[in-house]
Amino acid sequence: MNKIISAEFLAADIKRFVIEAPKIAAKRKAGQFVIVRIDEKGERIPLTIADSNKDQGTITIIVQGIGKTTKEINSHKTGDFFLDVVGPLGKPSHIENFGTAVSIGGGVGTAIAFPTAVALKEAGNHTIVINGARNKDLVILEEELKNVSDELYITTDDGSYGYHGFVTQKLQELIDSGRKIDFVLAIGPIPMMKAVANTTRPYGIKTVVSLNPVMVDGTGMCGGCRATVDNKTVFVCVDGPEFDAHLVDFELLTKRNRTYNQNEKVALESHLCTIDKAFFEAVKTETIHQ
Amino acid sequence: MPPLTKKERMQIPRQPMPEQAPLERNKNFLEVNLGLTEELARMEAQRCLQCPKPVCVDGCPVGVQIRDFIQLVSEGDFLGAAAKIKHDNALPAVCGRVCPQEEQCEAKCVVGVKHDPVAIGRLERFVSDYERETIGIRTPAIKPKTGKKVAVIGSGPAGLSCAGDLIQLGHDVTVFEALHEVGGVLIYGIPEFRLPKSIVKAEVDALKTLGVEFQTNAVIGFTDTIDELFESGYNAVFIAVGAGLPYFMNIPGENYNGVYSANEFLTRVNLMKAYKFPEYDTPVFDCKDKNVAVFGGGNTAMDAVRTAKRLGAKNAYIMYRRSEKEMPARLEEVHHAKQEGIEFVFLTNPLEFLGDENGWLRSVKLQKMKLGEPDASGRRRPVPIPNSEYVTELDMAVVAIGNGSNPIIQKTTPDLSYNKWGNIIVDEATMKTSKEGVFAGGDIVSGGATVILAMGAGRTAAKAIDNYLNSTNHR
Repeated sequence: MNKIISAEFLAADIKRFVIEAPKIAAKRKAGQFVIVRIDEKGERIPLTIADSNKDQGTITIIVQGIGKTTKEINSHKTGDFFLDVVGPLGKPSHIENFGTAVSIGGGVGTAIAFPTAVALKEAGNHTIVINGARNKDLVILEEELKNVSDELYITTDDGSYGYHGFVTQKLQELIDSGRKIDFVLAIGPIPMMKAVANTTRPYGIKTVVSLNPVMVDGTGMCGGCRATVDNKTVFVCVDGPEFDAHLVDFELLTKRNRTYNQNEKVALESHLCTIDKAFFEAVKTETIHQ
Repeated sequence: MPPLTKKERMQIPRQPMPEQAPLERNKNFLEVNLGLTEELARMEAQRCLQCPKPVCVDGCPVGVQIRDFIQLVSEGDFLGAAAKIKHDNALPAVCGRVCPQEEQCEAKCVVGVKHDPVAIGRLERFVSDYERETIGIRTPAIKPKTGKKVAVIGSGPAGLSCAGDLIQLGHDVTVFEALHEVGGVLIYGIPEFRLPKSIVKAEVDALKTLGVEFQTNAVIGFTDTIDELFESGYNAVFIAVGAGLPYFMNIPGENYNGVYSANEFLTRVNLMKAYKFPEYDTPVFDCKDKNVAVFGGGNTAMDAVRTAKRLGAKNAYIMYRRSEKEMPARLEEVHHAKQEGIEFVFLTNPLEFLGDENGWLRSVKLQKMKLGEPDASGRRRPVPIPNSEYVTELDMAVVAIGNGSNPIIQKTTPDLSYNKWGNIIVDEATMKTSKEGVFAGGDIVSGGATVILAMGAGRTAAKAIDNYLNSTNHR
């Protein structure tokens, strides 16, 4: 059982949890993840560690409520518990002083890219952060990123805040302006990571992405998280999660991530039905009490 | 009643195991075998000749005193029999169910020379169930505490048997498990219908009562390294992490949706209870009215195909590249599978999975094989028959061709010796590794084997660890 020290929404459906997990906090390195299970019937959900505090023995995760389980995670509040938190899993990010490094986060990927951006900065890189969101309301971690980057660009798809456009357009502008870029890290939705890979490929800029396949155990035992990188099958949980963006088969990853879409729908519908029922029961009880 | 003569004993037929009707059980996850009744058990025990030199014991990797416990069964002292077994076996109810007795103790049974051997496994199962269901599992006495601490990595059969022996020898034992439940392959791999999880849990609880501590969600290598375990006060370490890295066939199309490793398919269903989706959150491919093929011929393949059938598969096939005779699965499992309507396609090898534009498996291209000369395993090597390729429709495929060694310990413990497959190299008499105070056993040493062989390795290691801890210069 791991206690939730604090839980707060950063944007609609995106919640930040600080969890008691002293062992993981002491051990984890940028790029690694944990697997969280909320209760006896819960799925094992892999989540990148966004931050940690060794002294307080806590780790931070940031969760976007999309399916049944992530929505249930996000219904947890300060003082609640998660049944299981295991980690740190996966290989840490490869960090060195590349020179100028660009860390690109899209949506909740911003949270996942955050620790690596910090590590890149600490390693001496001139660190540029591009943080993309659909609109102003979904921009997260702006203050935090400002503190750890040399340059910060916020982009929104609808232009409601910061630069109007996609992260790749901003990246292309930086490249076109003649900036020498030595390293790019991109974490976010698959179409975004693929677009970043396509943007940097002609220039031969070393580019790394963090993959987010479906996982079960997270320790190499099941092989469910396999992806194709450089025409070879890899297990993302033990061989990754970070890989050379120019070698990843994004199309395969997209398709494999849809394996349980139908089941997800069923689960979410039955979950929402339960909530509706609970709501109905609550209203009924209240009415009776009145 | 005077004791039976040898001849009279030999005339008693092997007592049948009561079981669920095949076409009923292939629609549920309840246990297939129902267990012997008291009468059947006593009758079966009468068949034992009580040999002066019980060779059956030589066939048991953990050395259960088989003749003596069977004598107690025949006398109706079932609790005495249970205690006798537990002297050598920490998980009797598990072993009574999943050990391949026909290759071990029962293969050596003298009665078996002319007749069917004594059903040792069924009797083992009977007495351990009897004890648990009547008075609850009793725990053996433990020696005075030595003050020494042992870390066991992995809570599968090797880890549990080693922990069971070490705690009885007076050492403190902590078992570290990467998953959220204790039991390793007994929990995630072997299905409920063959080994109910409540039985694993009861035997684990008995170890807890003895004082064994369990830490789940502990991935040794990441959570703590082996060196850190020593630094935190452990005097010896036993690595029993299992194989745990599924092999694929490396044929085109293996990453289509609907193609699983046996580990993933079984873990989803057994550990995560996907057969109860959406009550449980983890989904698995909906097999209902679908064509499912499992590639492989071992016990895991049988578990996977029978699971798929229970999930509603219209056609559930075993596809195996050799013939029936070469299949490594237990005869009982093959027999049960056939009864349940599993279709066996022998001498057939997959060449390629074919899918649709959305990435879903649709069919498989197969090739007919014939048997050639024996290979390194002593089994006749399958050879392709030219121009025998054909395509068959398939909605789900499970690859059950074994496991390689999991890389986590190797990556985080470079100062251990490994072979080229990543298995840890040990001295087989003691399970001692190249690293001071570190022992290893089970599938991480031997490659994929059986529950009882892993338990045997656990026992051997426990003995060696005890000797090591009693020596003057240990860590």
